[in-house]
Parts: sequence; structure tokens; C-alpha cells
Amino acid sequence: MADQIKNKTGFLATLQENPSTDEFIKGLWRDNPVFVQVLGMCPVLAVSNTAVNALAMGLATTFVLLMSNILVSSLRNFIPKQVRIASYILIIATFVTMADYIIQAISIELHKALGAFISLIVVNCLILSRAEAFASKNTVGKSILDGLGMGIGFTFALFCLGAVRELLGNGSIFGVPFFPDNFQEWIVMILPAGGFFTLAIWLLIFNAAKQRRATT
Amino acid sequence: MKEESLWYIFINASLINNFVLAYFLGICPFLGVSGKMETATKMGGAVTFVMLISSMCAYAIHALLSAIHAEFLQLISFIVVIASTVQLVEMFIKKMSPALFRALGIFLPLITTNCAILGLALFQTSKGYGFFESLVYALGAGAGFTLALVLIAGLREQLEFADVPGVVKGTALTLLVAGILSLSFMGFAGLGS
Repeated sequence: MADQIKNKTGFLATLQENPSTDEFIKGLWRDNPVFVQVLGMCPVLAVSNTAVNALAMGLATTFVLLMSNILVSSLRNFIPKQVRIASYILIIATFVTMADYIIQAISIELHKALGAFISLIVVNCLILSRAEAFASKNTVGKSILDGLGMGIGFTFALFCLGAVRELLGNGSIFGVPFFPDNFQEWIVMILPAGGFFTLAIWLLIFNAAKQRRATT
Repeated sequence: MKEESLWYIFINASLINNFVLAYFLGICPFLGVSGKMETATKMGGAVTFVMLISSMCAYAIHALLSAIHAEFLQLISFIVVIASTVQLVEMFIKKMSPALFRALGIFLPLITTNCAILGLALFQTSKGYGFFESLVYALGAGAGFTLALVLIAGLREQLEFADVPGVVKGTALTLLVAGILSLSFMGFAGLGS
């Protein structure tokens, strides 16, 4: 009997744990910020011309998302409702300035490649929407998981785009040549138009997968 | 920095380096509001107006911050100024023309998170433009944004009646159209030389 109760509480405990792992998983796949929610498109298209740029941008965004989620959720009972959006933007801008200086300290070259788009993380709708829709209503622990999940999902999507564009447009991956020398690069993939096309094709793949699951 | 004529700055910002199709700035309203021709033009007008005002403010802030050596505050002050400008424009339009206010609806406050406006402020300071150059740059960027928005809205209105496979409908189709539009805008690159 005692064993049974213990088992039951153990089972219940895992059930209660489930929602929190769910907060993490949902950002990776089901609610992927880029492929499903179509949020934060500007940096996705602009800096995904090489895999390295895409990864760096993803990590910087994850950092800002995580830190602002933590701060917003811990201050959620102190921020008056009327000025909440302004306060969120101030919090985000502070962390973006930090990220800007950190990247500058690590690699000037990368900082030049990303250019103004590091500062433009401030107006990434993904971060503001997580602050408003999630962090302002949930505990710090949950917000950390949500921020991490969404950030990693965003980085994953950016990497998908960056890898494809670099592979086809430059014939290399992470700067290492991939194809034999006689490979003719698809210059269009590096150009802005290539960003639109690659993202459209990824969205198509996601849509097709979703439809297939719905019919079976 | 070489001197650029005001005319060149305008053409550069509106056609050669179009903010939407070459720099990918302001994609969110570009995808969201471009369904109908009417809202697209109005949105373009509102964004151009906010761009002009915030470009003037950004010029003043940059001058002030470099005078007191506090450049690290640049980003935070820009975003605060843009947010308050949008708020001001919103109140102004509400008072002067309630009809236009209702037509723009939710998209008015959303201008705050339009990256094109913050991008404009950042680009003009990094290029070291003076007061009039900044104004012309803002005007060109606004015109380019409106042009791209109107073009895509027109295309999407036509596509409503096309027989498109279900998988492609929605954002993916808009992105494909935008990609083709972006390719054709690259033809303007020759104008610069």
C-alpha cells in the first residue's frame, strides 16, 4: 500500500514536471519562433548569409532573450501595467548594449559582419513578445526555460538558413570548402533575394510536414 | 567620407539599397500589413512621418551624447525617443483625424518595433550624415518602404484570385514574391555608379 502511494506520488511528480520540460521543448519545434510563429524575421533574413554569422546572431539573441526574460519575470509584480512595454524595451535595450560590447570584445571581425543588426536585436519582435506573453505572467524558473527553448529554436532556424545559403552560395560550410573546385556557386543565395527564397522553401517544408501529420 | 549629393542619398535609400528588399528592415509590417492596397499606403505614410521626426531627434541626440562622451547610451536613448514619438503621433492623429486613427488601428503603436526606424537612426549616425542629409535620407527610406509595401500589396491582391496549392498559401507565397521583387530591385544597383 505504502509502495503504491509512493509510486503514485512519483508518477504525479513526473506529471507536474512535464509542463516545465514542455516550456523548453515547445520553442524548439511546435512553436518554433521562426518557422511556426514567423517572428523576428529581419535578423533571420539579413545575417543568415553564412553559417558562422547565423550562429553568432542566434547566440546573441538567446543571451538577450534569456536575460530579459529573467529580469522581466522577477520584476513582474513591481512594473505598473501602464508603462510595462516601455520598461520591457528599456530592459531589452540594456542587455543588447551589453551583448554589443561583448561581441566587440570577442571578435571585431564578427562585429563588423553583423553590423547594425546586433543593435537591432532591440526591435526583434520575438523578445518583446516573450516578455509580454510569457515572462510577465510566469515564475522566474519557467521564464528561464521558455527563454532558453525559444532562443535555441531561433538559433536552430537561423543555422538552417545560414548553412543552406552558405553551402549553395559559397560552396563551403563554416568557411571550409565543401564541393569540388568545378562547383559553380549560386551567387543569388548570398544576395538578399536568396534569403527570401531559402526562408520560403523552409516554410514550405514545415507546412507540408504539418499537413501530412494532420491527414494521417 | 566622400561628399554625397542630397539627390544621390535619396535615390540610394529609396531604390538602390531599399530598406525592405536589400536590408531586410521592417519585414514584420511588410508581411503583416501588405494584404490590402489601402492599408499599405496609409502605413507607408505613417512610417515615413515617424522616420522624419525620429531622424531629426536622432541627429540631436547623437550630437548631445558625443558632446558629453556617453555614446554607450545611444541605443537606449534612440529607442526611448522613437517610442515617445510614436506615442505623440498617435495622440496627434487621434485628436486631428479620428477616422484615420481607426483605419490604422493596431499598426500605429506597432511602428515602435519597426526595425526600419531604429535602423535608420543607427545608419545615419554611423554614416556621419549632417542635419539635411539625415532628413533626405529619412525621406528616401520612407519612400522606399512605402514603394515596397505598395508593390507587394498590389501583387498579393492579384494573387488572391490565383489557384495556388494549399501548402504554398500564406507567408511562404509572400516570401517568394518578395524574393522575386528583391531580385528585380537589384537592377537599380547600376544607378549608383
